[in-house]
This record gives sequence, structure tokens and C-alpha cells, in this order.
Amino acid sequence: MEMNEVFLKLEGIKKSFGGVEALKGVDLEIKKGEIHCLAGENGCGKSTLIKVISGAHDATEGNIYIEGKKIEHLNPIDAIRLGIQVIYQDFAVFPNLTVAENIAMNRALMTGAKKMDWKKARELAVMAMEQIGAHMNPDILVERLSVANKQMVAICRAIINDAKLLILDEPTTALTAKEVDKLNIIIRRLKAKGIAIVIVNHKLDEIYGIADKLTILRNGENVANGGIEEFDRTRFIKDLTGRDIVETTYRPEKSTEEILRVERFTRNGAFEDVSFVLNKGDVLGITGLLGSGRSEIGDALFGLAPAESGKVFLNEKEISIKSIEDAMNHKIGYVPEDRLTQGLFLDRSIQDNTVAASISKYLIKGKLDHAKMYEVTKEWIKKIGCIAPSPNPDIRTLSGGNAQKMVIAKWLNTEPKLLVLNGPTVGVDVGSKSDIHMILHDLVKAGVGIIIISDDLSELIQNCNKIMIMKNGKASGMLEAATLNETELTHLLSGKKEDNNE
Amino acid sequence: MNNKIKNVLTSNEMIVAYIIIGLSILIGCVNSAFFGVSTLVSLSRSMLVMLIFAVCEMVVIISGGIDVSFPAVACISLYATIRFMLASGIDSPLFAFAMAAVIGISFGAFNAFLICKMKIPPLIATLGVSSVANGGTLAFLGTKEISNIPEHVDKLSQIFIFTYTNAGGIKYSLTVLFLIPVIVCIGAYIILKYTMLGRGIYAIGGDKNAARIAGFNVTKIQFIIYMTVGCFAGIGGMTYMILMRQASPQVLMGSEMMVIAAVVMGGARITGGHGSVFGTILGVGLITLVQNNLIMLGVPTHFQTLVVGLIIVIGISITSLRAKKIANSAKV
Ligand SMILES: Nc1ncnc2c1ncn2[C@@H]1O[C@H](COP(=O)(O)OP(=O)(O)OP(=O)(O)O)[C@@H](O)[C@H]1O
Ligand SMILES: [Mg+2]
Repeated sequence: MEMNEVFLKLEGIKKSFGGVEALKGVDLEIKKGEIHCLAGENGCGKSTLIKVISGAHDATEGNIYIEGKKIEHLNPIDAIRLGIQVIYQDFAVFPNLTVAENIAMNRALMTGAKKMDWKKARELAVMAMEQIGAHMNPDILVERLSVANKQMVAICRAIINDAKLLILDEPTTALTAKEVDKLNIIIRRLKAKGIAIVIVNHKLDEIYGIADKLTILRNGENVANGGIEEFDRTRFIKDLTGRDIVETTYRPEKSTEEILRVERFTRNGAFEDVSFVLNKGDVLGITGLLGSGRSEIGDALFGLAPAESGKVFLNEKEISIKSIEDAMNHKIGYVPEDRLTQGLFLDRSIQDNTVAASISKYLIKGKLDHAKMYEVTKEWIKKIGCIAPSPNPDIRTLSGGNAQKMVIAKWLNTEPKLLVLNGPTVGVDVGSKSDIHMILHDLVKAGVGIIIISDDLSELIQNCNKIMIMKNGKASGMLEAATLNETELTHLLSGKKEDNNE
Repeated sequence: MNNKIKNVLTSNEMIVAYIIIGLSILIGCVNSAFFGVSTLVSLSRSMLVMLIFAVCEMVVIISGGIDVSFPAVACISLYATIRFMLASGIDSPLFAFAMAAVIGISFGAFNAFLICKMKIPPLIATLGVSSVANGGTLAFLGTKEISNIPEHVDKLSQIFIFTYTNAGGIKYSLTVLFLIPVIVCIGAYIILKYTMLGRGIYAIGGDKNAARIAGFNVTKIQFIIYMTVGCFAGIGGMTYMILMRQASPQVLMGSEMMVIAAVVMGGARITGGHGSVFGTILGVGLITLVQNNLIMLGVPTHFQTLVVGLIIVIGISITSLRAKKIANSAKV
């Protein structure tokens, strides 16, 4: 196959939703065998552009050329037959179908099969999972999977088809370094075969690690385009956000006033004998590989999947967390890992979602104070930097990163005493990320306990003063963030340094 | 492996099966004659038409929709067909079924049009079509009960697959019409499990937008579903008329709630995406069992509706609690 040949060309693509203009005339050219990164702030139109390419949205205006041929109207099935495969930001997997069927579905639709071949589906799934290093029971329903595994399913079903253009819309939001490496190997292999790749990612390090070309969008328009080597970090951030971002490091004053103490926390099969203390001013980071039990600790503190034994003291009083109600009564907030299924009511308005966890505040004499809720939501939209026309639209219409910001706002609005954030800035652009960190630091100063569960190591080192590593359900001791750098933490995480006894 | 067995034993279908077994034992204790071929034959006959409707409703529910129009569609199909046959002197079972099916299909297409093209929510759309069909019957076709069914059609009710005579000399015969739900069940099972069309129905019910962008033709699939359901509503109506040996324009009205209850009890989630033919058979079986046999347990007639209602509430609660538990359980 001829490399450097243009596979896809877009000219002046416009797309509006009602009155909102999401794309205002975007041009894009993707060559075969090229890894092209599409970057830009939340809500700038990356996913919308991708959906135009995949036929999921009709462009309001503009031309699409595939392999030099002008395409008049693109349906999803046409795009698939033309060799376009997409990993969507919200995965678009089927929760009610098995892992195997989800993975094999794209292939079956692509070839126009009429019959469902269960045996072949299972074989395909096993083969795809092997490539990416996923370990899932192919017969389990996808609704039972963690976000990371759902993302793996979405990746698997796109990579096994002989695509000509593979588009990955934030494919690594739930994955840790280990899986990202595997994915990068696959992407490079596809590139070598002459397949064009488009990738969206907010993690700059990952972009530098894989991309050849870069296109930056802002507010639905092209702002920059070129080889990745033309963009150093400062220019990249400047082009992305239009401003300079200073990344500050959080280092609190020492305090001995205790906010949270957890003793011998245990849930069978998830985590075992975990103990830690969170003092006033502390931001505790919890990290670990997939399946290490880090998310499960968050779930347990919020009563989603309560611990079976152990003690929890909040402000030196022992409390019992057996359900979400218990946790909320003790003013514990939780930004869950899976915003799509746990964090939001997708078909409700931004306002309803923002006040959902704090609705009692607006209940006055049996009546809801709508004006107040509207105002509060408007304030949060501004404060958290969400791109939304008003509090009224369905939260489904927000871009991925903006929806994530509103999940955080929802919990901040409950004025919690303890806030556990599981992957709080997943899919959030660099600019907003630092804004959110700032808000969290203000909260800590006001005496709120904050726990950040994340695999974004630089985020942890910058924002936490204590870090705990989970490994196979067991906790390491408490590490001082000030004494760590990212490389050391990576080594500790993968266990390359000390233990070879696994 | 152990887990697999445990999953099967605690599945929705099995829970319904346990209730059926428990109830049967209870009834059997009171009336030892319950355990016998005769019960099986009369149960099969009673659940015959409901089963046709329930399997169709299940397919609609799996796809994330709902259809409350089938009783009205069944009624207009059977009544219009019989009126036409009597007026024109046609006497052929094949014609009777074909005409009923065609009328049903057209109403199904009407449903699909409202749902897919006009974007009306399925409940509202089918409620509307139900009124149109029912109102149309009463306005244009009359309200008279018809019992002079054409001879060849009527004779179908007297053809039996087998006849069983009990010790007391009473005959129990299983009508040949029982083959219709059997075929519907087997057909639905194969289509749902082994064709891409069937998997598309599940996919739409799981996430309609995901199905669309994955490349399924959602509109086409929905048209196929509602038209097929309409077709079998017509056939079901005709079957009912032949079994009862008379045609009346309103008989089946109101049966939709019981059918939906049976489907949901059989493990279909009202939110779409889940359901199985086996579960639906059990759901229909349970409701028919209760309706037919409460009297034996000494439950007074006017309490029966209440008891049926309670069983439905309990059954459906179990199903939805389980769905909620899965949603909140720790992920793997
Ligand atoms: N279905 C829709 N209805 C209305 N507005 C929409 C819809 N889909 C997207 N938008 C709007 O279009 C704009 C672009 O959204 P898009 O999802 O493309 O952003 P994005 O660049 O992918 O952002 P992110 O990095 O957060 O994923 C946003 O302002 C969003 O609110
Ligand atoms: Mg996006």
C-alpha cells in the first residue's frame, strides 16, 4: 500500500445542534500510515468531528473525501464498509450483551453476516483480548464490567477488524500505564500496515509518546496543525488553551487534627487489612494497577460495596458505612469512576444533575426552590469551567470532559466533610484540570478531607501530600509525595524494584 | 464452572420455575387429581393464545419498546375477517388466518410508523393505535357477537393432536391450534438467538444509539418487529375465535396487562435489552396456573384478581430488585 497517500480529507465541516455551533468549518487531512492526534479543550468539537467522519452525525455543511472520492451522504454502515472503525469516548458498548458478542459485533456488521455465530464470536473475543492483554470472561454481560474493562471491550472490537482508518476518542481514560503500553504497540503495528490512525487524548505525555501529526481545535475551529516535533510543551498548552498554565504543587502545613481514620478495612476479594489516617490539610492519593483494589476502597467508603470488616472514624467518631445513605448522612461525597452509569442521570438536565445529591437544601416547606437551583447550577458551570449554554439542556448533550466537570460540581455542592474522587479529572483538558485542582486545594484549606484515587501519577504527585499504593488488595505504607518523582512512583507501582515474589 | 451452575440456578427463569413448582405442590396437596395429564392438557389450552401474545410482547420489550395495541388489533383482525367471510361466503381456514394476519400487519406498520418516523414514545403510539382499532371495530363493524362461524374454519377447533380419557371417562383433548404457539416459540427462539436480526433486537434494547452507530438499521428492525407482532396479533385473534367458536369485537380487550406482567415476570426487563422465550413461557404458565387453580385452594372468586395481582407484584419486584442489585454490585 502506498504510504503518504491521503485517506481522509475534510473541508469546511460545520455542525450545529439547535442553536449551538459545535463545528464552525473544520479542515482535516489524514494520511495512510500516520498517527494523527486531535487535541483541544473540552467541548471544542473533537468528538463531534469524529461522529461526522463515522456517519453518526450529518454535517450541516462541508465536504468529506475518502480516498479521493467525494462522499455525499455517510451512514454509519457506509462508513464501516469504507473501513472506518471508531472507539467512541462513551464506548457505545451494549451493556446487555456478553463480552464476546460485543467484541464480535462490529465484524459481523461489517461483513453483513445474517447469522450469529457464537463459537466464532468467542474465538474472536479471546484473540482480541490476548492482543491487548485483557482478562475477561467472554460470557459475562458487559453491564457487570468495570469502566476499564468496558473500555477494553470497546478497544478490542475496533482493533480486530481490518480497518483503513481507526479513530480512538480518548481510548485510555480508564487504563493504567501497562495497558496503555500494550495499546501503543498495537497502534504502531497498525500504522506499519499503512492504516491511518486518529487519536484524541488529553494526556500530553501519551500524545508525545505516540503521535506523528497534531491538529488542534479550539471552539469548533482549527487553530494549529503540524508535525508533533513542531510543538514543545509550552506551545502545545498555549495553542490548546490560549493561555499559560502554571502547574503548582500542593504542599500543606502539617496538622495533627484528624479527619478520617480507617482501620483494618477488608472486603473479601477486593482489599484486605487497609489502614490509613487523613489529617486536616492532607490530600491522600491512592493508586495501583487495574484490579489492585484502589477503586474498591472508594466504593466501600461510599457504601456502594461496603467493607465486611474494619473500622472507620470520621472526625474521631466511629461511623458505620453500610449503604450509600449512611455515607451521605455522614457527609461523605464520592465522584465515581464511571460517570456514565454511576455519576449522572444522562437524560436529565444539567441542573437536575447538579443538585441531585443535595436536593434537600432546596426543599423549603415541601416546595423546591427552582430559581435557587438554577442560580446555583449557573454558578457551578462558571466556576468549574463547563462549556454549556445554560443549566437547562440534557447532560447527555455535554461533551465528555464537561460532563465529568459537572459530576465533580454535583458533589462539591453537597458541601461534604470527606470527598473521595475516583479519577476526578479523567477526560478533562489541561486548563480545566488545573482549575479543578485549585478548587480542591481551597476545600482542603477549609478543612474538608480529600482522597484522590487515580492512575495519573503526575496529578497525584502535584496534588497529594500522601500517597498510598495498592497491590493485590493490600496497601503499601504511606509515602510522602514530596520525596517522590514520577519515575520512582512508576517503579513502585509496577513493583519492579522490590518484590519479585508475585 | 461452579459459578455458572449457581448463576443458572438463581436466574429469573428458575425463580419463576420454583414458584410454579411450589404452587403446584400446594395445589396437589389439596387436590391430588391435579397431578395428571388432564391438568397439563387444560393448562396448555388455557395458555395457548396468551403465549402467542406474550412471545410477541417479549420481543417488543427486548427491543426497548412496548405494545399495548395487540388486543385491539387481534379483535379487529378476527372480527373484520369473519364479517367479510360471512358476507362473501368464503369458507377457508387458510384465508381466515391470512386475512387476519394482513390486517394485523397493517396495524403493526402503523405502530412502527408512529414510533420510528413520528418519534412518538411506543406506549403513547400503541395506545393511540389501540383506540383507533377498537373504535374502528365498534363504529364500522358493529358490536354483535357472531357464532355462525363458517363450517371449515369452525371445524379446526375439533381437530386434536391427542385425546386423553381419565379414569372417570372424561375426555381431555389437546387442540391442533396448540401448534401455533409452539411454532411461534421455536421461531422466536431461533431468530433471537441465532440471527443478526435477533441480536440487533437485543442491541437496540440495550442502547439504541450505540446500535445505530454500530451500523444496525434501527428503523428497519423496528418496522420488522412491530409488523411481525401485528401479524401474530391477527393470527392470535383468529386462533382465539376458533377456540371459543364465536367472534366478538371486544373479548380480548384488557388482556395486555396480564401479558406484559407474564413477560416481565419471565425475566424481561421493562427497560429493554433482556428477556428469553423460556422465561416468557414460564411467566405465562405461572399466571395461567394461578388463574385456573386458585379456586382449588379455596380462594373465593372475587379474591382471585387480588391474588393474581399480588403474585405479579411479587414476581416483578424480584426481577427488578435483581436488576438493581446487578447495577449496584461490584464490577469485575
Ligand atoms: N447531541 C448534542 N446536542 C447538543 N449539543 C451537543 C451535542 N453533542 C455535542 N454538543 C455540543 O457540541 C460541543 C462539542 O462537543 P464535543 O463532544 O465534540 O466536544 P469534545 O471536543 O469531544 O470535548 P471533550 O474533550 O470534553 O470530549 C459541546 O459544546 C457540546 O455541548
Ligand atoms: Mg469528546
